[in-house]
Amino acid sequence: MSARPQPLIVGAGPAGIRAAEAFVAAGLRPLVVDEAPACGGQIYRQRLVQDGRSTKDLYGSEAGKAERLHAAFAALDGRVDYWPQALLWNLRDGMADVAVTGTTRRVAYDGLVLATGATDRVLPILGWTLPGVFTLGGSQIALKAQGCAIGSRVVFAGSGPLLYLVAWQYMKAGVEVAAVLDTAPASVKLNLFKALPLDAGIVLRGMRFAAELRLRGVAIRTGIEGLRIEGEGRVSGIAWREGGRKRRLACDGVGYGLALRSETQLADLAGCAFRFNERDRAWLPIRDAAGRASVPGVYLAGDGAGIAGADAAERAGERAALALLEDRGVAFDKERAMALEAELARIGRLRDVLEAAFPFPAHWAAAIDDATTLCRCEEITAGAVREAANRFDIGEINRLKAVSRVGMGRCQGRMCAAASAEVLAAATGKPIDAVGRLRAQAPVKPIPLALQLAADLPEVAE
Amino acid sequence: MSRHLDIDVAIVGGGLVGSSAALALRNMGFSVALLDKGFCGAQASGVNYGGVRRQGRPREQLPLSQRAHAVWPRLKELIGIDGEFLRSGHLKLARSEDDMAVLEAYAAEVADQGLGLELIGHNGLRERFPWIDGSILGASLCAGDGHANPRLVSAGFASAARRAGVHVLENTPVTGIARNGEGFALEAGEGVSLKARIVINSAGAWADRFAADFGEPVPLSRIYPSMIVTEPLPSVMTVNIGMEGGGIYARQVERGNCVVGGERGLPLEDPDFSRPRGEGALAIMNRTAEVFPALRHAQAIRFWSGTEASMPDRNPVIGFSGTTPGLIHAFGFTGAGFQIAPGVGEVLAELARDGRTSTPIEAFSIARFSQPSGPAGQDRISHGSDARSQSEPQSRGAHS
Ligand SMILES: Cc1cc2nc3c(=O)[nH]c(=O)nc-3n(C[C@H](O)[C@H](O)[C@H](O)COP(=O)(O)OP(=O)(O)OC[C@H]3O[C@@H](n4cnc5c(N)ncnc54)[C@H](O)[C@@H]3O)c2cc1C
Ligand SMILES: Cc1cc2nc3c(=O)[nH]c(=O)nc-3n(C[C@H](O)[C@H](O)[C@H](O)COP(=O)(O)OP(=O)(O)OC[C@H]3O[C@@H](n4cnc5c(N)ncnc54)[C@H](O)[C@@H]3O)c2cc1C
Repeated sequence: MSARPQPLIVGAGPAGIRAAEAFVAAGLRPLVVDEAPACGGQIYRQRLVQDGRSTKDLYGSEAGKAERLHAAFAALDGRVDYWPQALLWNLRDGMADVAVTGTTRRVAYDGLVLATGATDRVLPILGWTLPGVFTLGGSQIALKAQGCAIGSRVVFAGSGPLLYLVAWQYMKAGVEVAAVLDTAPASVKLNLFKALPLDAGIVLRGMRFAAELRLRGVAIRTGIEGLRIEGEGRVSGIAWREGGRKRRLACDGVGYGLALRSETQLADLAGCAFRFNERDRAWLPIRDAAGRASVPGVYLAGDGAGIAGADAAERAGERAALALLEDRGVAFDKERAMALEAELARIGRLRDVLEAAFPFPAHWAAAIDDATTLCRCEEITAGAVREAANRFDIGEINRLKAVSRVGMGRCQGRMCAAASAEVLAAATGKPIDAVGRLRAQAPVKPIPLALQLAADLPEVAE
Repeated sequence: MSRHLDIDVAIVGGGLVGSSAALALRNMGFSVALLDKGFCGAQASGVNYGGVRRQGRPREQLPLSQRAHAVWPRLKELIGIDGEFLRSGHLKLARSEDDMAVLEAYAAEVADQGLGLELIGHNGLRERFPWIDGSILGASLCAGDGHANPRLVSAGFASAARRAGVHVLENTPVTGIARNGEGFALEAGEGVSLKARIVINSAGAWADRFAADFGEPVPLSRIYPSMIVTEPLPSVMTVNIGMEGGGIYARQVERGNCVVGGERGLPLEDPDFSRPRGEGALAIMNRTAEVFPALRHAQAIRFWSGTEASMPDRNPVIGFSGTTPGLIHAFGFTGAGFQIAPGVGEVLAELARDGRTSTPIEAFSIARFSQPSGPAGQDRISHGSDARSQSEPQSRGAHS
């Protein structure tokens, strides 16, 4: 055992894997923890059992990247410590609590790379809690990891690049896709042309998805409003307004989402300073171009620090690792670091354009029906939240949580905080950043009461 | 933005103590300003465990505690919500013969105070509370005690005060108080100034600063009691649970979550905020799984802690300043101010109006800290197992 603790990487997605690789190249032995049973993160998530599908079936145009990334991590075997199915549930001052195989371990670390990724962002709509409704990412995970579809006649609704991607993946997998309902008006898609010089590949791929969906007879509707999901006990249809007219479609599965939101709880527990980000409409941990957080020794990479996609995540992970090396006075490739930063800046510009092409329908928040469930863990409706805010004269999200229980349940606001903030802002007439952000509390996800502290501290590497 | 108020009473600190005083004073017809550096009820009063318990308090607190006891069932008419107050009973567990002896001695000591304590042996416990682990030896039940939702009660008092016409100034830290002629001049927030005849110092864990400013230093320290809460579960715990000698305290809310406390957290860099320690939270969780077998497979979903003032003799400071006419102190509740606060509010209002109160509060005089500490000061200190202060005192005077 060496006296010096290891760098700790949270997340074995694109960002975490590239960070680990850079550490190993510099002679360090990081500890990588990830809740998932296998590496790959969200986008390159691996199937749970071998089921005959090829990598091409699973990842489509991104199969090559997925294979390279999985192989890169496999090649680190023996030179990193890797704990899969390990939940990092608490963090403070160089110590992390990690629940792994029924026990929990206290891990001292020296240098922390947070590559925690993202989850779907939603604004609740009537019927969104009915069985048969999934988030867009959830729909994709069902297909990727479990090889099953969320229904036999499925509608995908919402905004964000995943909307067309997942619809297309379902179509390719042989599932009937009844429609794609895009909340953005068709006109804003013209923004995509501005993205061509930044990354023609991505833009053309997106356009190809839409074109192929149309070719196969999938209805693509834009500028939809008043979305609601219908059904008694399970999804039976979806209704919306379009250019003033009411429309409705029968279906037995709905994939719904409004792009992604960063998973920032651990950055919060680590003490990082946050700033409001207009583009993501979210409070994000502050980082410099290399990924350094406001707390020395903490580095942020990938979607967890701001939504930028998988290609950016790979580069940000590597860049953050180089920053740690630099801060420790270890030799590192400066040119490579500069090149990575330039790439990240380019991708950042691309994200700005994509965001304009898939805008978040913030104006929906004011129109959410009072009867709609806002926080599904605690079963709190939008009406109850408005009532509580009004009764206690509240215009701040942590106060709202205190008096309404919104964000107080099992998910700790991961699913409902963004929507609650939107509803509160709309109800009080405040700009979204003025209502603040939910302070994170450990455990970041539920852990069993009887969880026992592991007696043996894990081996620390040379 | 500058603002000036000329009022009867300025209250520094919008915790439950300050806001219940504000409401009581307003109902007596005074003009009142309630100032908080953050949001009213966002500190100890809004984040505590929610135990509404008389059992286990030092004898000298009981008259005041009884006064508060009469307020709790009237919340709905007083502030418009019931605050989820539930007269569930408070059951204090004994793990050993020694613990049981302490509970028996306490019951005898306060027998004339009207708590109606009932001592329960092992068999009785098994029969009436089969969800408690068989290793528990016995208990003392106070049927009239219970629990409530601090988040609602404390914010509820502040908003009721606002509706009644109190000037509630949030995000307005009081930065200076000075004697000024017949009254006081206060500086607060950005450009807020007040003139008040009377000032109440109910600034919780921050109150020592104001006491010291008026030449009355107090040995106030800060504690950070630490809580965990489970996911919602089917109804198991029918009473508010405490434990002699500390360890854990637990209750189940209407929604089904079990709230359990018992350790202490650590302050963050900004010491106004704190966080439970991972090991501490784990210890509470493990103990809970032992004492309540039905919770063995439950999940903990959240931890938290809060910042509270603590006094070495476990009694608060309540009453007039010894140095400054018109200044009234009310702080230092040492982990047990939630239940008693609505009574304290009434007492403070009486003090402001009449210069005296019908409830005995001599034991809480700030003067006890200005005298050289003799034996008289000492005998308030020890009550049963109080000495074991690190594991959170279900022993006399703190928490639950
Ligand atoms: C459901 C979903 C599907 C997506 N599908 C696509 C897609 O098809 N195409 C596309 O371009 N982009 C997709 N994205 C976006 C994509 O996830 C990212 O661009 C990319 O994966 C970001 O990589 P990352 O390394 O930052 O994070 P991720 O790949 O998300 O990896 C983060 C990892 O951190 C782990 N983790 C987080 N918190 C903890 C913790 N407390 N303890 C232990 N482990 C933890 C997670 O288990 C996860 O494996 C999807 C996002 C989501 C949420
Ligand atoms: C986690 C926890 C669990 C507890 N459990 C229980 C329990 O179960 N039962 C029980 O009876 N008691 C319990 N207590 C104790 C109880 O919460 C406190 O004793 C009680 O709330 C104290 O009320 P307060 O009004 O004095 O203080 P606080 O609620 O702390 O209010 C003081 C207020 O003063 C404000 N302030 C400070 N400085 C300034 C300034 N310069 N200008 C303006 N405002 C200022 C603060 O912002 C704060 O809002 C617990 C305490 C904690 C922390």
